[in-house]
Amino acid sequence: MKGITAYGIYVPYYRMKREVILKAMGWFNPGIAGLAKGEKAVANYDEDSITLAVAAGMDCFTDIDRENIRGLYLASTTYPNKERGNASIASGALNLSSNVRTADYSGCLKSGTTALISALNEANSQTTMVCASDCRLGKAGGAQEQLLGDGAAAVVVGNDGVIASLIGHYSLSYDFADNRRSDSDKFIRSWEERWVREAGYFKMIPEAIEGLLSKCGLKMDEIDKVVYPPVAIRDHVAMTKTLGLEPDKVQAHLLDTVGNTGSAHPLIMLIGALEEARPGDRIMVVSYGSGCDALLFQVTEEIEKLKSRTKLKDNLDYKGELDNYTKYLSFKGMLEKEIGIRGEEVAPTSLSLAWRERNAILRLVGSRCKACGTPQFPRETVCINPDCGAVDEMEDYSFSDKTGHLFTFTADHLTFSEDPPALYGIIDFEGGGRYWFDITDCTLESLEVGQPVQMTFRSRYLDEARGLTGYFWKAMPFKSK
Amino acid sequence: MSEGIKNKVAIIGMGCTRFGEHWDRSAESLTVEAFEEAISDAGIEKKDIDAAWFSSCFDEVNVGKSAIPLAGALKLPFIPITRVENFCASGTEAIRAASYAVASGACDIALALGVEKLKDIGYGGLPDFSQLRGIYNRQVFPNVTAPGQFAMLATKYFDRYGLSRDEGKRTLAKISAKSHANGALTPKAHLRRKVDVETIMNAPMIAWPLGLFDCCGVTEGAAAAIIVRADDAKAFRPDPIYSKALQIAVSPEEEYRYQKWDGTHVETTYRCGVKAYEEAGVKNPREEISMMEVHDCFSITELVIYEDLQISPRGKAKEDVDAGFYELDGQLPCQSDGGLKSFGHPIGASGIRMAYEVYKQLQGKCEERQIKNPRLGLTQNLGGFPANCVIGVTIWGNEL
Repeated sequence: MKGITAYGIYVPYYRMKREVILKAMGWFNPGIAGLAKGEKAVANYDEDSITLAVAAGMDCFTDIDRENIRGLYLASTTYPNKERGNASIASGALNLSSNVRTADYSGCLKSGTTALISALNEANSQTTMVCASDCRLGKAGGAQEQLLGDGAAAVVVGNDGVIASLIGHYSLSYDFADNRRSDSDKFIRSWEERWVREAGYFKMIPEAIEGLLSKCGLKMDEIDKVVYPPVAIRDHVAMTKTLGLEPDKVQAHLLDTVGNTGSAHPLIMLIGALEEARPGDRIMVVSYGSGCDALLFQVTEEIEKLKSRTKLKDNLDYKGELDNYTKYLSFKGMLEKEIGIRGEEVAPTSLSLAWRERNAILRLVGSRCKACGTPQFPRETVCINPDCGAVDEMEDYSFSDKTGHLFTFTADHLTFSEDPPALYGIIDFEGGGRYWFDITDCTLESLEVGQPVQMTFRSRYLDEARGLTGYFWKAMPFKSK
Repeated sequence: MSEGIKNKVAIIGMGCTRFGEHWDRSAESLTVEAFEEAISDAGIEKKDIDAAWFSSCFDEVNVGKSAIPLAGALKLPFIPITRVENFCASGTEAIRAASYAVASGACDIALALGVEKLKDIGYGGLPDFSQLRGIYNRQVFPNVTAPGQFAMLATKYFDRYGLSRDEGKRTLAKISAKSHANGALTPKAHLRRKVDVETIMNAPMIAWPLGLFDCCGVTEGAAAAIIVRADDAKAFRPDPIYSKALQIAVSPEEEYRYQKWDGTHVETTYRCGVKAYEEAGVKNPREEISMMEVHDCFSITELVIYEDLQISPRGKAKEDVDAGFYELDGQLPCQSDGGLKSFGHPIGASGIRMAYEVYKQLQGKCEERQIKNPRLGLTQNLGGFPANCVIGVTIWGNEL
């Protein structure tokens, strides 16, 4: 048996009510009023599609050991790098072995499910993690700006401890360019919505489903839950009728809480379905974008052994309101701000240093003294324990998966931050080790000395002169209480 | 066992510019002013100086690396000069080096001079720290500033001792109000304005919980000291001040790397203080020290220094603050010239400026702010952050 063995999810902290966009841009395009329902997830200024993918991947470690993972596939249409392995960055941050095979899937919104199918086809011989994430951008005042959200999902596939076994898959590929971005496009370009719906969405998804059912020798009434991505809410609802499904067999679209997260969206919805499923349920997941992938799974008894089946709910519940449209524009790089001379100071990045110190920077790996057992970050040569002081007795020690406690903290208004005041503090790790870190995805008012925190991989600065993003780890509160 | 520096050297002349934002003056101009005052005060000439130590921290702003800028500014004639740099404790480092040189007999008259020009960077506060410990900093160091680093001390102190936000901020505000009042009496101080406690408490936030008036000014200026052996001092003037202790301690950075430090004090200050008292033979600092100039870069820093120097018991500094113990007319006046808070803080000059106030107080030359019959004056100079710093503690007396 091969199939899904673990999953993880990541919805960014910030949510923006669509009314906020309407209020800001409705003067220009009153047509967006019809879409102004619910809210969408917005990546923080220190996030991109790589950090989102890493966060979703980290969320899988509740149920799978990182040592078992032999392949890492990323899928996104919004990678920050064209020639630099996005999956290689993520693999490092996930602290996977350097001999893990990595690949970047991209180009269309079905890339998440395509990566998943590739992984499933190899699942008898290796365990692979698939992370899909997107942070797509619509122009100010357009329908896409209302519809799109940021998010990530991760699915681990293999043949041991399978929670949902693969029954079959079926794919379609069409050059249907309803939404597109060329190499230099920052924003999505779209064709007329009526054409998109009638010639694309309502044709291709049914065709893919029919192909899959026929291939698997099953009928629609033998399927317990169908996952397919939304265009707008009304289209998602209308598709229920087109497919002849009872509404309770259709997985919630999340458009009103997260927005359409592109290549991640079918997988986020699949995780939503898995969290509600019972052993024996058949779940179909369909993606849409330059064609379709359709996959069919059957849930096993193993699903009840998962450590957490409230990951989607925990992610939806942990949020902060982004009630300021200008701040949204700023986070998305759509607003040229006066950042001041302090903000303009960016120290040169040294790639040779970043490579030499990759364990610390990318993996958050420090050392533990073999003589006294003290964990320390960054790696030391002479033990930091004043009662030990052993020389060169260190072994690698990972901090990214350790729970920390907030020793002390501040909110700094003087330093430059894209979201002032800058929060930072000193973190004490359970099991030993102390260091200072930036703190993200929370407010000063919510912080208390001693509170537990987790580590999160973020972009820290952009060295524009060299086209480099500096990544490192920050602390943030846990999403579930 | 080492003999220590007690009674080995003396300061026979000092100079200090007005501290402030010197938009139309160069580092060289400030250097010359401090130097000319010092040699005139000592009654010596430039040619009498055998060696010099030059302290400046942010060399990329205006001063430049090496000792050449000092020799060039003063036209010192081919003598040995060394530039020293130890963050905000650089000035004490220059005094220590000059003192050790004359104490060893290697030279007879040594100069310690510190200068800092900070206001040519184009923004408030100190220069950005992103490169302070090399380019690795940029990769892993949080997005810190000095106020933020010291604010974390306040967060932890308030939490540990159960001070509400209002109680904690009020205690800190009293410290700043005291220093502003003293600064108003000091002609060469940068900020010469009294500020009341309510204004301080309600000032704009810089780094929570520290507001604008919890922070010292960013200042430019220079200060200089002429140092000779104690035995020679009376030949120059009747009222030199004598070294009783000259200690530097540097944190091994275990405070923020190892789970031992409690976050409510500066361990390096405590350690340095213990050694300084031992060197000076001070048994009960609360009773024996007459006045002190400490590194009040932020109000919380001064609060924990009271405890780290064993003047106030741990967790009890608030009681001494409330009782006015450290006021100009209190039992142990602290920051009689306004301190970093009001006199100002040109990094490389600050340690020498502290000694300047001790020198003038011990000579009884401070007019309106003169402390009654001081015997022993202490300086405490801090470079870095609470969790990783350089501390200098010096003690001076007006008798051998």
